[in-house]
Amino acid sequence: MSEQQGDIERDVMEYDYAIVGGGPAGLACAIRLKEKMPEAEICLLEKGSEIGAHILSGCVMEPGPLDELMPAWRDNPPAICVPAGRDEFRLYTRARSFRLPTPPQMHNAGNYIVALGELCKQLAEHAESLGVEVFPGFPGRHPLIEGEGADMRVVGVRCGDMGLEADGTPEGRPGPAFAAGVDIRAKTTLLAEGCRGSLSKQLIARFKLNRDATPQTYGLGFKELWQLPAGRTTPGLIQHSVGWPLDNSTYGGSFLYHLDEDRVYIGFVVGLDYEDPRFSPFEAFQQFKHHPDMRALLEGGEIISSGARTISEGGLQALPRMEMPGALLIGDAAGTLNVPKIKGVHQAFRSGMLAAEHLAASGTPEGYDAAFRASAAGRELHKVRNIRPGFHGGLWLGMANAALETVLAGRTPWTLATHADWDSLETRASARAHGEQAAMAANWHQERSLPPRDRLASVYFANTAHEESQPVHLRVADTSICATRCAEEFGNPCTRFCPVGVYEMVTGEDGGLQLQINASNCVHCKACDIKDPYLIIDWVPPEGGSGPNYQTL
Amino acid sequence: MKILVGIKRVIDYNVRVQVNRDGSGVVKEGVKMSINPFDEIAVEEALRMKERGDANEVVVVSIGPEAAQQQLRTALAMGADRAVLYQSDEEVQPLAAARALLAVVEAEDPGLVLLGKQAIDDDSNQVGQMLAALWNRPQATFVSALEFTDGVAKATREVDAGLENIEVELPAVVTVDLRLNEPRFVKMPDIMKAKRKPLEIKPFAELGVEMPVQLETTLHEPPPKRQGGVKVDSVQALVEALKNKGVLS
Amino acid sequence: MSSVLLIADHDGKSLNTGIARSVACARQLGTVHVAVFHAPDADAPCAAAARLDGVSRVLSVSNPVNGTPLAAVLAPQIARLAAEHEGGYDYVLAPSTTFGKDVLPRVAALMGVPQVSDLMEVIDARTFKRPIYAGNVITTVKVPEGIPVLATVRIASFQAVGDGEDAPIVAAQAEVELPDHTRYLGLVDTGGSDRPDLQSAPVVVAGGRGVGSEENFQVIFKLADKLGAAVGASRAAVDAGYVPNEMQVGQTGKIIAPDLYFAIGISGAIQHMTGIKDAGCIVAINKDGDAPIFEVADYGLVGDLFTLLPELEKALDGA
Repeated sequence: MSEQQGDIERDVMEYDYAIVGGGPAGLACAIRLKEKMPEAEICLLEKGSEIGAHILSGCVMEPGPLDELMPAWRDNPPAICVPAGRDEFRLYTRARSFRLPTPPQMHNAGNYIVALGELCKQLAEHAESLGVEVFPGFPGRHPLIEGEGADMRVVGVRCGDMGLEADGTPEGRPGPAFAAGVDIRAKTTLLAEGCRGSLSKQLIARFKLNRDATPQTYGLGFKELWQLPAGRTTPGLIQHSVGWPLDNSTYGGSFLYHLDEDRVYIGFVVGLDYEDPRFSPFEAFQQFKHHPDMRALLEGGEIISSGARTISEGGLQALPRMEMPGALLIGDAAGTLNVPKIKGVHQAFRSGMLAAEHLAASGTPEGYDAAFRASAAGRELHKVRNIRPGFHGGLWLGMANAALETVLAGRTPWTLATHADWDSLETRASARAHGEQAAMAANWHQERSLPPRDRLASVYFANTAHEESQPVHLRVADTSICATRCAEEFGNPCTRFCPVGVYEMVTGEDGGLQLQINASNCVHCKACDIKDPYLIIDWVPPEGGSGPNYQTL
Repeated sequence: MKILVGIKRVIDYNVRVQVNRDGSGVVKEGVKMSINPFDEIAVEEALRMKERGDANEVVVVSIGPEAAQQQLRTALAMGADRAVLYQSDEEVQPLAAARALLAVVEAEDPGLVLLGKQAIDDDSNQVGQMLAALWNRPQATFVSALEFTDGVAKATREVDAGLENIEVELPAVVTVDLRLNEPRFVKMPDIMKAKRKPLEIKPFAELGVEMPVQLETTLHEPPPKRQGGVKVDSVQALVEALKNKGVLS
Repeated sequence: MSSVLLIADHDGKSLNTGIARSVACARQLGTVHVAVFHAPDADAPCAAAARLDGVSRVLSVSNPVNGTPLAAVLAPQIARLAAEHEGGYDYVLAPSTTFGKDVLPRVAALMGVPQVSDLMEVIDARTFKRPIYAGNVITTVKVPEGIPVLATVRIASFQAVGDGEDAPIVAAQAEVELPDHTRYLGLVDTGGSDRPDLQSAPVVVAGGRGVGSEENFQVIFKLADKLGAAVGASRAAVDAGYVPNEMQVGQTGKIIAPDLYFAIGISGAIQHMTGIKDAGCIVAINKDGDAPIFEVADYGLVGDLFTLLPELEKALDGA
């Protein structure tokens, strides 16, 4: 842990359980732990300025696990909570769309469209009422590890320092208001950071938890909440689509959920294993919104809020071992999302509750991994394990394979491997046409009529904020690669995959290209940490409370 | 000396405020709430005074909904000694708030009242001045530096002409501006300690405020969108246009 | 006809420019009397107020204690003056300068009436528009019948009136006991730069990423000095390290409302625009003709700033 400032005096706080991350997995775990062991001292850290600030999810939720966790939730539903109505699955072409049979996993009768951020606030209140110490604005910054080799174990986490000032070094220097991050020591640490958590990433590597797994794969999701002119919505209507503007080789699609009060959630998810280095997921989403069907719906409306977040798509075969001495990975920090269902929330709840039950029963993380895989959540992942990888051969092969896997309920005798997203890009020299996707790489905003005008305008709706004097939290190990190899080989895809324009190549004072990092735009989606083709970008948590302040997403 | 600090729960300054559908107010659903930033500066100044030995107790008070406890807890975690919430779910406009604070002042007898210069929600910029008037005590508004000697405060005020100094005898009302200080970060152990500090919740009615006439707000609307103008094709044309418009002499 | 008492903001020598703008608002409401509180040897602002078109009387309130702008001293006199005139003035207004913001709420509390802050538009005799949430929301407020209307006038929202016929200057007194618990010590000499403060300057020249470097930013400073303007910057320019953060204009920087704003090499991201949405006139100079700044600028000039700025300086010399 060379980058820690060793000589700074830190407060130490001791807990039985330390949970990192105030999303569905962490909160479910906290609540269940306290129910099973009312005497246990539990703290929950959240890097966002408040619980829910960094939560972004579709989200059509299967209510079963939540009913189990907090049965009273139906009496006091979150700010947005609309019962699912009709399901539609559509295939888009540039000018038209066709209704397809809805895949069985995508039937939503009995489910609810919710603002997950709002639900998390309620869960946090519930957890606090049970005696859990909830600390929003405090990121887990470093894992605390003791011992070597076989004796190595996690003993807690160090919270991020506050009031650091940029001084050219990666860590910066203490400013006048500097406050050293506390060391939280816990018997068991639960990593519930969500997809591509920064501590989880370190621990997976340190403990080689992915030794027996195929590479984790990811998707990048966008979501906007719109207020529309009266009379255009059908509350509860759920539409998903595949096809345009993505070409056959790019995995992804749209979602459109009709809410009450003339509001809709509209979003787009793209597999980060896309190949075209010119591709911009943000532009694809915006282009989709300009399809005649969508434009007719959205025109004249206003964006209330928007954001972006990666999701774990690797499924069961990419799931790392979820236990290590002293710690567990739960929820999407491990990758428990069910991709064909495009649902992760119920799985996150289940994994969090199961972790709590396992710890209460056995007192040790050991055995949790097996318990999870044998549980309903694990079985659900097993059933669908081959569907997402089947799309590696493109949309049509993927759909055919999905149909087969669905009919057999996952009883096919093979398991398809996943491939890492960072090395999926074609080089500029070898890039294929990719249909209309190439056109999207060019700025086509001139023909754009719906807001936001561009990524900077979009990030405005995420209410994102970072104290500007702090050190840049997007660490690029070797920026010389950007102007040379990357510019040559891939044309700097970071300037396109980042949904908020954090990365820019600008002409420096010497006339050469150089990387400019607009760190304060960052919405903590982690796409750069995943997709950068040289794996030189390391996303670390900025000062606590920084980042987006998502509103009913 | 005891310092009374008034704080208000407002929509966080990082949140982009939007008018609601029927124009009756702004969207508050799912919106992050915080201590009014100017009030946070007031809390910080009070704490620094206590740490310097200019004061021995810092009491924070708020008027607002039950949820305003969160903001008082934050002030306690920053270091305030105790907190009182006068709970009201109705709108309390500046004059009513000033009368309420006067009642608090009469009960608490502070040597100094510190307030933010304005709340960033209604932007009224009135309560401190009104309280000083009703209390018949000095006011120092828009303060960016503050010193104390022998019952007198020397305040530097940020005025349009620059900075000016005034001297006020205590007790007095001081409203603070942005540059007075930079509030501290709340530390985790202090959040724990704050949970055990006294926080009283009392009904607003308990203050016995004679409610003044209040302004009636009939509509909220977004500001008019700025319309683009013209492109000129030369520097000469630009200078001419600016002169014609009267913005350049 | 209704009667309006407008409280003058002045420094003993000249009248604050906000008064001519406030008169524009006041004369929509009734007969305008301007009250000038001053020391006996500093009555020049009375004549200046008398000249303004739409002012029908100037009340000259001379008192040695009125030589300095102390709210605690002025407020009781204003309240008395407001009440004495033929059953009381219907309106008491002050400009929303730091002087007006300091004194008028104190008057309102003494009179026991609410105050409308930052009145930006008169709808009818008792209904007004005013901004809240830093101008992101405009509210319409109504002052209930039966009480005088007290308001600070948002001066950026009104065009200054010109000169008219001289109004009579009448000596007035406001006999009331005055406190001595507040003492004025004077303006602080900040020494510092000759450049005006970004927050209050009537003209601002701001540079963005398009300026290209810290050295290049000198062209922005040069133009600003020529115009007597303050200097600002977009976040992109600050992030790129061209200028320090305190010069940042926009959502996360300063929110300003100069009469004239030059956006040079600034693309005009929405985050920047929220900082200047109340600017009087926006001039954009940018080489990218599609930059969003041109959608909001009053005057746009497409081209290379390093060619255009020296030309502009020269044109200003000739002006």
